[in-house]
Amino acid sequence: MPEAVQRELTFAQAVREALAEEMRRDSRVCIFGEDVAEAGTPFKVLSGLVEEFGTERVIDTPISEAGFTGLGVGAAMTGLRPVVDIMFGDFITLTMDQMVNQAAKVHYMSGGKWKVPMVMRTTLGATRRSAAQHSQSLHAWFSHVPGLKVVLPSTPYDAKGLLKTAIRDENPVVFFEDKMMYKLKGPVPAEDYTIPFGVADVKRAGDDITLVATSSMVQVALGAATLLDEVGISAEVIDPRTTWPLDEKTLIESAKKTSRVIVVDEGYGRYGVTAEIASVIAEGAFYDLDAPVKRMGAMHVPIPFSPVLEDVTVPTEHTVFEAARALCRRS
Amino acid sequence: MTMAAQSPETVARTAAEQWIRMYRKMVSIRLFEEQVNELYTRALMPGLAHLYIGEEAVAVGICEALRSDDYITSTHRGHGHCLAKGAAPDRMFAELLGKEAGYCRGKGGSMHIADPDTGNLGANAIVAGSVGIATGAALSAKRLKTNQVAVCFFGEGALGQGVLYEVMNIAQLWKLPVIYVCENNLYNEYTHYSETTAGDIPARAAAFGVQTASVDGQDVRAVHGIATRLVQNARNGGGPAFLLCNTYRYHGHHVGDINREYYRSKEEEQRWKTERDPLKLLSAWLIDQKLADAALLDRIQSEVRKEMEAAVKFAVEAHYPGVEEVEQDVYA
Ligand SMILES: Cc1ncc(C[n+]2csc(CCOP(=O)(O)OP(=O)(O)O)c2C)c(N)n1
Repeated sequence: MPEAVQRELTFAQAVREALAEEMRRDSRVCIFGEDVAEAGTPFKVLSGLVEEFGTERVIDTPISEAGFTGLGVGAAMTGLRPVVDIMFGDFITLTMDQMVNQAAKVHYMSGGKWKVPMVMRTTLGATRRSAAQHSQSLHAWFSHVPGLKVVLPSTPYDAKGLLKTAIRDENPVVFFEDKMMYKLKGPVPAEDYTIPFGVADVKRAGDDITLVATSSMVQVALGAATLLDEVGISAEVIDPRTTWPLDEKTLIESAKKTSRVIVVDEGYGRYGVTAEIASVIAEGAFYDLDAPVKRMGAMHVPIPFSPVLEDVTVPTEHTVFEAARALCRRS
Repeated sequence: MTMAAQSPETVARTAAEQWIRMYRKMVSIRLFEEQVNELYTRALMPGLAHLYIGEEAVAVGICEALRSDDYITSTHRGHGHCLAKGAAPDRMFAELLGKEAGYCRGKGGSMHIADPDTGNLGANAIVAGSVGIATGAALSAKRLKTNQVAVCFFGEGALGQGVLYEVMNIAQLWKLPVIYVCENNLYNEYTHYSETTAGDIPARAAAFGVQTASVDGQDVRAVHGIATRLVQNARNGGGPAFLLCNTYRYHGHHVGDINREYYRSKEEEQRWKTERDPLKLLSAWLIDQKLADAALLDRIQSEVRKEMEAAVKFAVEAHYPGVEEVEQDVYA
C-alpha cells in the first residue's frame, strides 16, 4: 500500500466504493437482491448506488434467493456482470442448486464454452445477537465446490481491492463480508487497484508461532498477537484472503519458519476451512513442525441467542492467546 | 415482415417449404434417437439417455419460431431441443459417446449439451434447473436491448419445483422476454403427473398474470402457430408466456426403462403411437393438402437416415479427449 494514503473508509464504504467504481467502468455490471435499491440493504452497504446508477442497474427483487441467483447465472452467461446480494450468509442454503449445480459447473460441462462472470456478495459472522439463522459462517460450503472462488476480505483495503477483482473475474465468485466489520475503519486508496486471488497477506510478521486467520478472525488474531507479545511470544498473522484459490505456499513457508500453527476461522470447526488449511500445512511442513496444527472455529452447535451463550461459541482474542501460549509451552 | 408483397403462389410455396423443413427436422430427431437407442443396446454408449421420441413436434414447432440467436435451455430429455435449435448430429453423437469432438469435448454427455453458436445455454439434469438461467438470459436480452427471446423447456415434473414460481413471478414483474414451455408427457419418471400435480396447470402461471396457452403437442402446426404468436409478443416487449404442450414419450423414461407396465399400459402407448404420432399427423396433412407426396417424404426419411448413420460413424471413430483435459475448464 502506498505510504501517502491517509484516507480512511469503513469496510462498508470500501465495498460500496468498489461497486460504484466498477459500475462506472463497466456498464454491464448490475446489482440485484432484496432491498438493495432505495434501502441500500439493511446494513446500508449499498446506499447511494441506486441514485447514481438507477433502478435498471440496482434492482430490488422479490424474496426469492434461488430465483434471483438463477437469474444471475443466466444473465452472467449472456452478457451482464451481475453482483447478486444475499442479505445473510445463512440464506445461501436457498441458492445451493443455482450455485453448486449451475454456476459452478456451466463452464466445465460446456467444455469451456459458456462462462459465468457473476459475484455473490453475502455475509458471515456471529455475536450480533441474531440467533441461529442469522449468524452462521458457511463459506466452507462453497469452498468445497470446484468451479467457485471464495473471497474473505478482512480489512477495508482488502475489501475494495478484492471485490474489484471478483467483479472482473470470469468465474462465479462468492464474496463473504463479516457483518460485524462493516463499521471497521482503515486506509483505502481513492484510486483504482485490485488484489489478486490466491495471494495470502502477512498481516503481522513474527517468529514463534503462525496464526492463520480469515475474515472476522483476522482482527481476533491480531489482538491475540498483541497479548502474546506481552508474554514474549512473537506471532505471525497470515490471512489467506481467498479460501479458493488458496495460497498454500505462503502458509507452508510461514509454518516452516515458526514451527507452530493455529488456524482460526469463524466457520464450524468440523469438516471446515480450519481442517483444510491444517491439513495443507501438515502435509507441507510436517518435518518442521514442533506441534500438531491446532484448529479453532465456531463450536459445533447452532449459534444460540443469549449473549452469554453466544460469546463462547466463537474464538476470541483471549482464547486464541491462551491456545497459542499453551502450544508454545509457555505459561 | 418488411418484405415486398408476394404472389399467392410464392406464399403457398414458402409455407409448403416451411412445413416440409419441419417434417425433416422431426424425422431427424426421431432417427437420431433411434440411433441413440441402438448405441445403448449395443453397449457403445456410456451411461443412459432419455429419448424424445413422440415429442418431436414440441421442440420443432417452437424452435422454428425462433431466431438462431434466440436462447433455449433444455432438460435431461434434451436431444430434440438441441437438434431443433440447429445442433449438428455428428457432434451430438460424439458428445454422447464422450468424445473430444463433442459439443462439450465429452465433458457434458447426453444431459448437458450446450452450444453458444445456436443459442443453446445448455441442457440441465436438475429438474427445473434451468428456469433461472433462461429467465436471466431474458434479463440480459432486455437490458442489452438485443431483441432476443429465451425459451425454457421443462417437463411437467418441474411444476413441483418452487424456483419455477420464483422466476415466473420475477419475469412477469420485469416483463422479460421468456417463454416457459411445459412438456407434459404425462409421467414424472415413473409416476403419473396427476398424482403429483394439484389443480390446473396453466392457472399456476396465470396467477402471476403471465400469458398462458395450451396446445396439442403432437400437432406441429398448432405448436408452431401459437409459439410464433407468443415469441412475437415477447420480442415486442409483451413479457413472458407459459405454454403447456400436451404430449407423450413413446419409450421408457430412459433407454433402460423397458418393463413399464407397472406404471402405464401397452394399450396406452399403442394408442398414442397410432393415433397421435406427430410425424404421421403432419405427413397425412401434407399429402392431403397436396403439399408433398409420399415419395418426397420417403426420400426425406432415407436422406436423414443416411445422415444419421454417417454422424454415428463419425462419433464412433472420433477420439477420446486426452486425460490431461480432466482439469481443464474448471475455471475460465
Ligand atoms: C432435482 C431433481 N430431482 C430428481 C431428479 C431425478 N429425475 C430425473 S428426470 C425425473 C422426472 C422428470 O419428469 P419430467 O420433468 O416430467 O420430465 P420427463 O422425464 O417426463 O421429460 C426425475 C425425478 C432430478 N434429475 N433432479
